[in-house]
Amino acid sequence: MNKLLIPALLAALVAGCSSTPVDETAGAPVESRSGAGVTPVTAGGLDSRGLPKELTDPKSVLSRRSIYFDLDKYEVKDEYRDLVAAHAKYLVANRGFKMLIQGNTDERGSREYNLSLGQKRSEAVKRSLVLLGATEDQVESVSLGEEKPKNPGRDEAAWSENRRADMLYKAPDGRGEF
Amino acid sequence: MTHMPTVFRRILLVLALFAAAVAHAQLSIEITGAGANRIPVAIAEFAGDQAAARIITATVRADLERSGLFRMVDPGGTTLDENAQVNFGDWKGRGADALATGSLARSADGRMEARFRLYDTQKQVALGGAAYLTGNDQLRAAGHRIADYIYEKLTGEKGVFSTRIAYVVKSGGQFRLQIADADGQGAVTALNSPEPIISPVWSPDGRRIAYVSFEKKKPVVYVHHLASGQRQVVANFKGSNSAPAWSPDGRRLAIVLSKDGNSQIYGVNADGTGAQRLSQSSGIDTEPRFGPDGSIYFTSDRGGSPQIYRMSGSGGDPQRVSFEGSYNVSPRPSPDGKSLAFISRRDGRFQLAVMDLASRQVQVLTDSNKDESPSFAPNSRMILIATETGGRGVLSAVSSDGRIKQRLSIAAGDVREPAWGPFNQ
Repeated sequence: MNKLLIPALLAALVAGCSSTPVDETAGAPVESRSGAGVTPVTAGGLDSRGLPKELTDPKSVLSRRSIYFDLDKYEVKDEYRDLVAAHAKYLVANRGFKMLIQGNTDERGSREYNLSLGQKRSEAVKRSLVLLGATEDQVESVSLGEEKPKNPGRDEAAWSENRRADMLYKAPDGRGEF
Repeated sequence: MTHMPTVFRRILLVLALFAAAVAHAQLSIEITGAGANRIPVAIAEFAGDQAAARIITATVRADLERSGLFRMVDPGGTTLDENAQVNFGDWKGRGADALATGSLARSADGRMEARFRLYDTQKQVALGGAAYLTGNDQLRAAGHRIADYIYEKLTGEKGVFSTRIAYVVKSGGQFRLQIADADGQGAVTALNSPEPIISPVWSPDGRRIAYVSFEKKKPVVYVHHLASGQRQVVANFKGSNSAPAWSPDGRRLAIVLSKDGNSQIYGVNADGTGAQRLSQSSGIDTEPRFGPDGSIYFTSDRGGSPQIYRMSGSGGDPQRVSFEGSYNVSPRPSPDGKSLAFISRRDGRFQLAVMDLASRQVQVLTDSNKDESPSFAPNSRMILIATETGGRGVLSAVSSDGRIKQRLSIAAGDVREPAWGPFNQ
């Protein structure tokens, strides 16, 4: 019976909400059965890709994985020093974990030259991590050049999002983000 | 020479000829410029099965017209086989300097045999002729062969109508490496991938294509055998692997690896073994391309901005080749070794430029904003580039003197990364 009522209730809500506030109690019996408000927990503290939650939980600093670069610049800016240090600390404490750093550029210019520029960015992040104790074996720096833009736009706002290096993790059991 | 006739003409051959073919994937060609002194040529209707013969003559006419070097003279429905008596005065009167006649017949083994003869109407002599055996589904291939023959007889250069091109189409989040005839028809997909494919290059024998694929979440260089579909990883070192280029003998590849830090040029055997570092800089060295003499042109930022350099095929001290401007990339030596095509940034616009290697004179050939990835036709006369119109990737073919321009676009998707294949062998 409930299933039949839902469309009717929704229809009533849509019809009624154009000028009056939605009556939140109207949908209550339905919402109590849905997944909203429930946080799924995986045993062992791993997320769906098999990584520890401290790497992916939005509340953890380690969930921040992107480092942005200025136009024609390839060195890691001071504002990312703490973030890089936090990731280096994690790699030092978890020697079995590996990281892939993908460098990216904006779309302007030669694809292959941009691939090399993206490599310069990922390499700069790798050098910083290695200086702070991560090992060469743990970290691989690669480039996606201009091929995988985060923002497909054609203006400076989009381009600045695409001048970026992303850090991906892999757990000792081979599960993870790359 | 003083004025450049502009012909706006859309050739949609395939719709008329092969309605059943994969029309959505075809490139359509638009000619936006032509040579100054075009040779007037008439292609008579060929004798034999009319439907089949028309496919051949239409292909020959479209090829010659598209080259920008010929003007088609209407044969007025006249059918002439290769042995017919030719009234030279009549054809001269119609304005044709050259005339081709021919026929199509079924040979004993069931294949079709296309025969033709080419005449000089001024000198009133036959310039030669040939016969091509072809399957029913390859009539257009026979047409390309005939067009190549006519082109060579009348211009003194080899034609490229029988060659193939490769390019990458991005549509619906998928990347397809496609192989098509030089006129954009008959496209087939060699590789389908959810991840980007860049930098395809043909082996000198035309059987294999090397390219960079991102399917392993990083750039890896593959060699792909077209007939079998067999793929071999030739470079998957730690870091990025990119920018493959074939040596003139097809035995080795120059590639770019970042295994020792920044991008540097290495030589490897075509199977990926025996990697040897060829360039030595603390910055970026990339985009290697072999000249016909075996030397390597490449892009380097060793002088502070990306410029083109040249070194011997075994490495060693490079010499700087480009000097004007602060961004000169993607060097492509012409197969005849006389010129170098590259992309030059001028006032924030990326344009195709050509350098005459003897005089070092540079000429900018386009007026576009986002030219990329030049690729010479094997006869060195045309350069295929990726460019953009209306925010969409299209291919453009430009003659090396900048006079003739053709645009090849695809209805559904972005086209990029063109590579012109070698002469048909």
